[in-house]
Amino acid sequence: MTSTLVRPASVKHAAPRTRKRGDGRLALVFLAPVLIGFGVFYLYPAVRGAWFSMTDWNMLSEPEFVGLDNYERLVADPLFWNAMKVTGFYVVMTVAVQVGLGLLLAALLHRLTRSLVVRTLLVVPWLVPGVTTALLWMWLLDANLGFVNHLLVGVGLQNQGFLTSPDLALPSISLINSWSGTGYTALLLYAGMLLIPKQIYEASAIDGAGELRLFFKVTLPLLRPILAFVLVISLISAVQLFDTVAVATKPGGGPVNATRVIYFYIYQRAFTNFQMGYASAMALTLVLVLGVLTFVQLRLLRASTSDLS
Amino acid sequence: MKRGILVLALLAAAGCGGAQQTPGKVTLTYGLWDDIQQPAYQQCADAFTKANPDITIKITQNAWDQYWQNLTTQMVAGGAPDVITMQASYYPQFVKNGQLLDIQPMVEADKVDLAQYRPGLAESWVKDGGRYGLPKDWDTMAVIYNTDLVKKAGVDLSDLTWNPTDGGTYEKAIARLTIDKNGKRGDEPGFDKTKVAVYGMVPELNDGSLGQNSWGNLAVSNGFSFIDKNPFGTKYFYDNPKLAEAAAWYRRLIEKGYIAPYDKTSTLGTDAVLAAGKGALGVTGSWMITTYLGAKEQKFAFAPLPKGPLGRKSAFNGLADSIYSGTKHKDAAWKWVKFLGSTACQDLVAKAAVVFPAITSSSEKALQAHEAAGRDVKLFVDQANDKDGTFLLPVSDHADEINEIVGTAMEQVWLGEKDAPSALTAANTQVNALFERG
Repeated sequence: MTSTLVRPASVKHAAPRTRKRGDGRLALVFLAPVLIGFGVFYLYPAVRGAWFSMTDWNMLSEPEFVGLDNYERLVADPLFWNAMKVTGFYVVMTVAVQVGLGLLLAALLHRLTRSLVVRTLLVVPWLVPGVTTALLWMWLLDANLGFVNHLLVGVGLQNQGFLTSPDLALPSISLINSWSGTGYTALLLYAGMLLIPKQIYEASAIDGAGELRLFFKVTLPLLRPILAFVLVISLISAVQLFDTVAVATKPGGGPVNATRVIYFYIYQRAFTNFQMGYASAMALTLVLVLGVLTFVQLRLLRASTSDLS
Repeated sequence: MKRGILVLALLAAAGCGGAQQTPGKVTLTYGLWDDIQQPAYQQCADAFTKANPDITIKITQNAWDQYWQNLTTQMVAGGAPDVITMQASYYPQFVKNGQLLDIQPMVEADKVDLAQYRPGLAESWVKDGGRYGLPKDWDTMAVIYNTDLVKKAGVDLSDLTWNPTDGGTYEKAIARLTIDKNGKRGDEPGFDKTKVAVYGMVPELNDGSLGQNSWGNLAVSNGFSFIDKNPFGTKYFYDNPKLAEAAAWYRRLIEKGYIAPYDKTSTLGTDAVLAAGKGALGVTGSWMITTYLGAKEQKFAFAPLPKGPLGRKSAFNGLADSIYSGTKHKDAAWKWVKFLGSTACQDLVAKAAVVFPAITSSSEKALQAHEAAGRDVKLFVDQANDKDGTFLLPVSDHADEINEIVGTAMEQVWLGEKDAPSALTAANTQVNALFERG
């Protein structure tokens, strides 16, 4: 942000000196709230985290420098790799469902109805706090006492351990969060679809394109930059899964590590086992992984260029 | 989904408020996790302030799970409650990091009578010559059952036996109490274990490394012991075949359909399943007395634990009040801890009849208060009085990690992913490696 705003001023040699300095200062003033917030809440903790990742620190004693020991331990820690695998599965499942369903809903909203009520209703699940969502579904899906299983047994089926069976727990968590997040994703995609000029649809329709063809040949290609953006934020928020696991699985991350996603594992190491150094090392590794993934995604989808311009 | 973390941060921030000071007056904060006990301790606090008008007590209560998270966060921030309710398996890590005050000098100076407490309780809180808490209460375990279901089944639970081979009369009773959708009982021909309506037993199988509410009691009655030295041993024996036998017995009951499959077990807790009438019996501790006997959905009663090959063995656990080493009011905090550990306060707690106080005479009063309220709970006291009837839960370093390792290994057994001996032997190797690491 700073560079793009300040640089043009300094490049313009023709502009009077005083004027230039004034602009820079003013820009800084306007940027200050963001910069201070970024510095205090992101940059400073990140730098401290990098330092902690090279120490043995339990939060109560003094940090003790141990070099790269934590990273060595991480490479050899089967639970870390399990957490990465679980997170990977979860992200693929959740992003696929959320973006897939979101696209469908957005297309329906865009082409079928533009009702404000429907649009509002879509985001209601997203407005429910994550912990509440998790509790709600935990009660609904409980293996013995839950309403969903009551229905299953009622129609003569077996009850299912949605959150307690190692095979079902992770997909259940993924569906719970898709329930909560799809509406929001749909809304973002819908906003993106509104940017596509109406004339293109009209022209294509005159040329005889049906709704399906319009969707695949017009909507999808022209939506690409927005789609890329939505994919990136869905991916990142899926990696950040924490609350649903913490609330709805017992013991947290169970059964037998089936839902121990990386955020939850970092949290456990930091605040259950007080291994802040090791937790910081994992957190930093995750930052790297996310950074690379985001970069690759953006490059593959050529997110910064649009076919509209 | 950062909201969870944000909530935690806010909770921590809210807890850091600290006490406001007017000169001469001291406000002490007192951390507690059990909301059922809070009124009793509020009475203690009022009585204490009456005797010491300069000191007021502010009780902060957080549910068990959040309690420890908050406590750690508060300690990191330097603002933990002045006086903290402690549990034996948690205190070593705080002592290790210098967060608890050694009260031995004060105990000696004020000549606190440690013999007034039930034997064994005061000693748990001594590490390397330092003393880190005064006993507050104790608990033992018993069988809790649904009186209607037991009456209908016609089983007698008053003196059960258990062995790992055929499960003794305990398994027979559990089989009889299990009913399938067609009304067939678990011990009758034609019992359909895939469609069970009422499970004979609802065990707390997700029970970490102690098995206090389930396998621990049976395993010890079978000859298992957790650790080479208690407190503060450095070698665990989770690979002991006696433990594996007990664990395997639970797995067999799952296979027979007397216990819900582990992957189809309610996460809402044994009390919720029993209250819904979907289970006949469970094992619980004396801290749950009022929850069960006060339940409106079902009628419950207690029975002694089954007698194993070595007799009846119940986990015995105690809580204590500790002083936070970062407190600004050491003297006032000690006064309050001393009061909490005296008959003056423990008799008040006894009258409220929620838990059994640590002082022997107060504990008797609690029993009387329970009986006056029509609650038959003498078996908890009898169990504690039985010289060989109890075992202390292990206290050692690395409790948090051990809890995770053994808890996961047990889950593998319950799910049938691994057989008990191999899962537990692998876990034991991991556990003992923690002590080698230091």
